[in-house]
Amino acid sequence: MQLKLLRVENLKKYFPVRQGFFIQKIVAYIKAVDDISFEVERGKTFGLVGESGCGKTTVGKTIIRLLNPTSGRIFLENDNLASLKPSELKPYRTKLQIVFQDPMSSLNPRMTVGQMLSEPLLFHGIVKTREEANKVIAELLKAVGLKPHHIDRYPHQFSGGQRQRLAIARAISVKPHLIVLDEPTSALDVSVQAQIINLLQRLQEELNAGYIFISHDLPLVRYMSDEVAVMYLGKIVEKAPRDELFDHPLHPYTKALLAAAPVPDPRKKRDRKDLIGGQVPSPINRPSGCFFHPRCKFRMPICEREYPPTFTLDSSHEVACYLYR
Amino acid sequence: MLKVENLRTYFKQAEGIVKAVNGVSFDLHKGDVLGIVGETGSGKSVTVKSIMGLIFPPGYIAGGKILFHTDEFSSNGEREYVDLAKLPQEDFTRIRGRHIGMIFQDPMTSLDPMYTIGDQIIETLVWHKNINEEEAFERAVQMLEKVGIPKPRERMGSYPFELSGGQLQRVVIAIAMSCDPEVLIADEPTTALDVTVQAQILELIKDLIAQYDGSVIFITHDLAVIAEISSSIMVMYGGMQVEMADTQTIFEDPLHPYTIALLNSIPRLDESRELNPIPGQPPTMLNPPEVCPFLPRCNRASEKCEKEMPRLIEVEPGHWVRCFPK
Repeated sequence: MQLKLLRVENLKKYFPVRQGFFIQKIVAYIKAVDDISFEVERGKTFGLVGESGCGKTTVGKTIIRLLNPTSGRIFLENDNLASLKPSELKPYRTKLQIVFQDPMSSLNPRMTVGQMLSEPLLFHGIVKTREEANKVIAELLKAVGLKPHHIDRYPHQFSGGQRQRLAIARAISVKPHLIVLDEPTSALDVSVQAQIINLLQRLQEELNAGYIFISHDLPLVRYMSDEVAVMYLGKIVEKAPRDELFDHPLHPYTKALLAAAPVPDPRKKRDRKDLIGGQVPSPINRPSGCFFHPRCKFRMPICEREYPPTFTLDSSHEVACYLYR
Repeated sequence: MLKVENLRTYFKQAEGIVKAVNGVSFDLHKGDVLGIVGETGSGKSVTVKSIMGLIFPPGYIAGGKILFHTDEFSSNGEREYVDLAKLPQEDFTRIRGRHIGMIFQDPMTSLDPMYTIGDQIIETLVWHKNINEEEAFERAVQMLEKVGIPKPRERMGSYPFELSGGQLQRVVIAIAMSCDPEVLIADEPTTALDVTVQAQILELIKDLIAQYDGSVIFITHDLAVIAEISSSIMVMYGGMQVEMADTQTIFEDPLHPYTIALLNSIPRLDESRELNPIPGQPPTMLNPPEVCPFLPRCNRASEKCEKEMPRLIEVEPGHWVRCFPK
């Protein structure tokens, strides 16, 4: 069997909620990521969808170890990243990279393009001298659709789309095997969004990198991903290959999400019967049983008592719902 | 109801003049739901802020008319046209909230965190409707019920932080609708919300529009949202309207290269196809040259485009385009 690029097993990330002024006590945990597992292959994109607060960003940050997992295993090829000390992580930093949502806050405003792009190259010993670095940077800038003379500019001199290109250039500078894309286009206008998406797809072919594409934009996830997982309150409720998930959604929450997404066609009217009321409950105080049951139309007595296990249908379609027992 | 003629709103900056809105004209009739689409900086928010009298220095209305059909200032009770572009600030409070209601993008910042939501609805009603607080309280409860807030009577005493984003947006809609305005302006009302909540709010706005006998201006950058809600669409780019027609026509028979390119650059849930991005960057509005703002990114540009500015022409009844014919 071929080794998967990334294998996440039973990953958990809990944030303690502290109370008290002099003596702080942990009164509860926010279970931002609660026992999720998935795999990513080289050259493929794994989409992670969900509403705000469902834990999708925490998954991305935990995988690249910006956050320390509470428990679980993160295998990058052979090595379990979850058990490594921060000092042992350095060699893996060239294999894992992240692109954040807002390029204005993820780029250092006091560094020129040349400085910010040469830093990872020199730090990881990919190039030895500044002259070499400048040569590589010129190529990187060309690869992301910028001009070599941009090297001495500061981030504020670029537009939002160009800044996101810089953030991408920085991520690909170390030739990573896996890139976490955390809503890379949600701060951009639609006409520029398409440019960035096409750029990301081209780079994926060139680098043969695996992508984790985190977004709340369903049409975009469908466009980008090979496999898609839907998250709700820290858990994956449904996971399937892209077309399978969008054409035959099983979980009531997935159906509701798809029904809620507006379609840019005035002739198509939304199907009101799949819409759901209410909003996502607080992750501190999640409902008993299946977290979705207070909003679910198909709830059964068992849903209020126990969280459903994951049922696998057709070998690749996983769904956590008692309807598919 | 509302007639905007050649509106120009500029902002004076040290570097020059930012022409945020540069010659926008449209008519809003009773029952219309006009959608304004455009990217960041296309001038869509500034257009409606000009209508609401919310342009403050260094911004100013450099030209054009905003004619609003109202009886507020008439002596004999007949409706007449009032030019809002020339209305002094102190008279604007008689229009704003009373005749033109507004819903902003982020409900968390459009409500005052120090007052209960009940107080904020009552304030609007008492100010504009000349009723006492008890009557206003009852009206406010009815409004909250209408916008789908559960247990409205208890919620009257809640502070904004106690409600979720979707609930707050419902409260903002209740405030905007409380005085039965003739024109309702919604500036990206669902952008800050999650998809499932966005769908609920859109359904609510659609239900309210159906019951209510006025007109709506709905601003968004999301073509899918606008397809769902509006009866006609105005596409803005670089401070100008580039195309205007009914919703069906914009989506099925767009004429302006920008509209066509915009429709081709969004991924869709119901069909998979290649994304065709628009090359280049959106224009800056600082001292724009007197040519079509889309020229540098246009795939149909000709020599003529570099010499003169195309005018907004009506190519067929109700379908306006600012582009030279092919």
